[in-house]
Amino acid sequence: MSEKEDKEMFASGHRMCAGCGEGIAMRTILNEAGPNTIATVATGCLEVTTTAYPQTSWEIPLIHSAFENAASVASGIEVALKQMDKKGETNIMSFAGDGGTFDIGFQALSGMFERKHNVTHICLDNEAYMNTGIQRCSSTPYGASTTTSPAGKFSIGEDRPKKPLARISAAHDIPYVATATIAHIKDLKKKVRKALDADGPALVHVFAPCPTGWRHASNDSVELARLAVETGVFVLWEAEDGEICDLNITHKPKERKPVGEYLKKQRRFAHLTEEHIEKIQKEIDEKCEQYGF
Amino acid sequence: MGEQKGLTIQGNMATALGAKLCRPDVIPAYPITPSTLFPEKISEYIADGELDASMIRVESEHSAMSACIGASSIGARTCTASASQGIALMHEMLFIASGMRLPIVMAVGNRALSAPINIWADHQDTIASRDSGWLQFYAEKNQEGLDLMILAFKIAEDERVLLPAMVGIDGFVLTHTVEGVKVPAQEDVDEFLPPYEPPHGKLDPKEPMTFGSLGTPEYYQELKYDQVEAMDKSPEVIDEIFEEFEKEFGREYNRITPYKCDDAEIILLTMGSMTGTARAAVDEMREDGEKVGLAKLTVFRPFPGDLLKEIAGDAKGLAVVDRNISPGFGGAVFAESAGIFINEKKKPLMKNFIVGLGGREIFKKNFKEMYKKTKKSVEKGSVDKMVEWINMDEKVMR
Repeated sequence: MSEKEDKEMFASGHRMCAGCGEGIAMRTILNEAGPNTIATVATGCLEVTTTAYPQTSWEIPLIHSAFENAASVASGIEVALKQMDKKGETNIMSFAGDGGTFDIGFQALSGMFERKHNVTHICLDNEAYMNTGIQRCSSTPYGASTTTSPAGKFSIGEDRPKKPLARISAAHDIPYVATATIAHIKDLKKKVRKALDADGPALVHVFAPCPTGWRHASNDSVELARLAVETGVFVLWEAEDGEICDLNITHKPKERKPVGEYLKKQRRFAHLTEEHIEKIQKEIDEKCEQYGF
Repeated sequence: MGEQKGLTIQGNMATALGAKLCRPDVIPAYPITPSTLFPEKISEYIADGELDASMIRVESEHSAMSACIGASSIGARTCTASASQGIALMHEMLFIASGMRLPIVMAVGNRALSAPINIWADHQDTIASRDSGWLQFYAEKNQEGLDLMILAFKIAEDERVLLPAMVGIDGFVLTHTVEGVKVPAQEDVDEFLPPYEPPHGKLDPKEPMTFGSLGTPEYYQELKYDQVEAMDKSPEVIDEIFEEFEKEFGREYNRITPYKCDDAEIILLTMGSMTGTARAAVDEMREDGEKVGLAKLTVFRPFPGDLLKEIAGDAKGLAVVDRNISPGFGGAVFAESAGIFINEKKKPLMKNFIVGLGGREIFKKNFKEMYKKTKKSVEKGSVDKMVEWINMDEKVMR
């Protein structure tokens, strides 16, 4: 949003939980995109909390149709606008959660990337199927207890690592891919702008803590997003034109904090022992080495 | 009226040509036998500069219908083609297209559903989408395939209707069979079908709207009622547009077309390409003095119960021929026909015949057999077996 404009593009009064990371992300992203934007949204928390008839939080034209197809619907809009002689100045965006991006929406997303539609896809990642009640998804991190990967006598909770969505996206050789969080607002705005300005498909993967699903204090959402970056759990980077081998780390913590600081604020990790935490720390250390810090 | 050029073409080419004459803006499509020639022809038209439109070569049928929904919601005239598993895969999106009142048109090469996998003629694919809120048209021959595409756009886009429509042509029997068609002149189609402008708004940054809201229990039922009412009232619009088409292009269409039904004691009710064979069988039986007639169903949704009552209400027997089966009951056309007559004092005795599944041939002798069986029931005054499968191979059965 330019400084002169004071109209919020994401209206208040929506039904998100207190402390929802998605709300912070959406306000930032839509204000950056501005009014000349058409959006699609996948079924999920964002959709149900912002579009209950006859109200809407969206000050831009929006279409919701199903769970797995935000990117395909956006493809149709983008092509139709081009075909019908519009000037091409309208931003086309698709929004989905991690379920609607990593899992059920992945085929549609990959198709949209491959066909090179000028669409910016925003993934609001809260690391599980939160709208249906905290079920695990391929974005759920190792060790998290969810309702379908509960911690128990014979279970550590989720037992597989998080799917590297942004890297897979960059491997499509699309013009722009970035990771962002709700704690790094300037960085998020800059990345959304770059994505919208890219000549072709773009992805911004936004880390958005969920107090309800992660079981942390609702005033800790931003702090957790910051800690995720400072511990190396979530790495901030961008890649242009699929230069995945040469991705640009956009925020390098000066000194990485121990992962326990991040994990211990969330009850989804409350069952982890010091040994588990050590194992997770080791994996993060290896990952950060790969990323070069 | 311009001259109607004669062409000898396959059914898929006829529906593609029909679509082309309607000047669609966006055609998202995914290839599937037996409707693949449709997107191929559209691609050719665009590549050769004969059609100013954009294809989206999507990665699945689900995305094909999703992209149709996106394009249609900004006011583009949109169509696609599919069949069988493709329609099954987009099933979810069919309901959303109709619920959002988007006049998308789909050309279908009617084909059986797996398992076992089978690529041949069968109405199961579109019948399984019966409740999706789409208008459904079925062609007897390629000319009808071409004309019904034009009619489908016109009816679907009518403000009184605003519902998506599918046009079925039987897999291989029509899709891959060469027949003569007359092609309306472009300027006449342009006059018949003006450019589409959504009457109730579209996705436009100048006037932002939210499409596809969450419909809570306070609103859902009324919104559905509106949609269903549009379908219920559409017969009037369909009749009006069929009439306009006949005036303009000289070919008659009816929701149900009767043939030799006036004095018929027993009527065969058919849908799709089998109708030609049935007509020939009726002619032969008439020569033998049998009082038999034929009713061809062109519009399955909305179901033309009013016309069926007029045509078959006085007959003694109605043999409903279904190229589909709802396991646990019978054919869909039969179920609907029986439902139509439920409160009538005077009604024909009804039998259901399941034929032609997965491309099984349907011969004249099969229709004669259906007639005889129905006649026997009429003479007896009761039906022993309500649903019978015809042309079964005992050798294959165990």
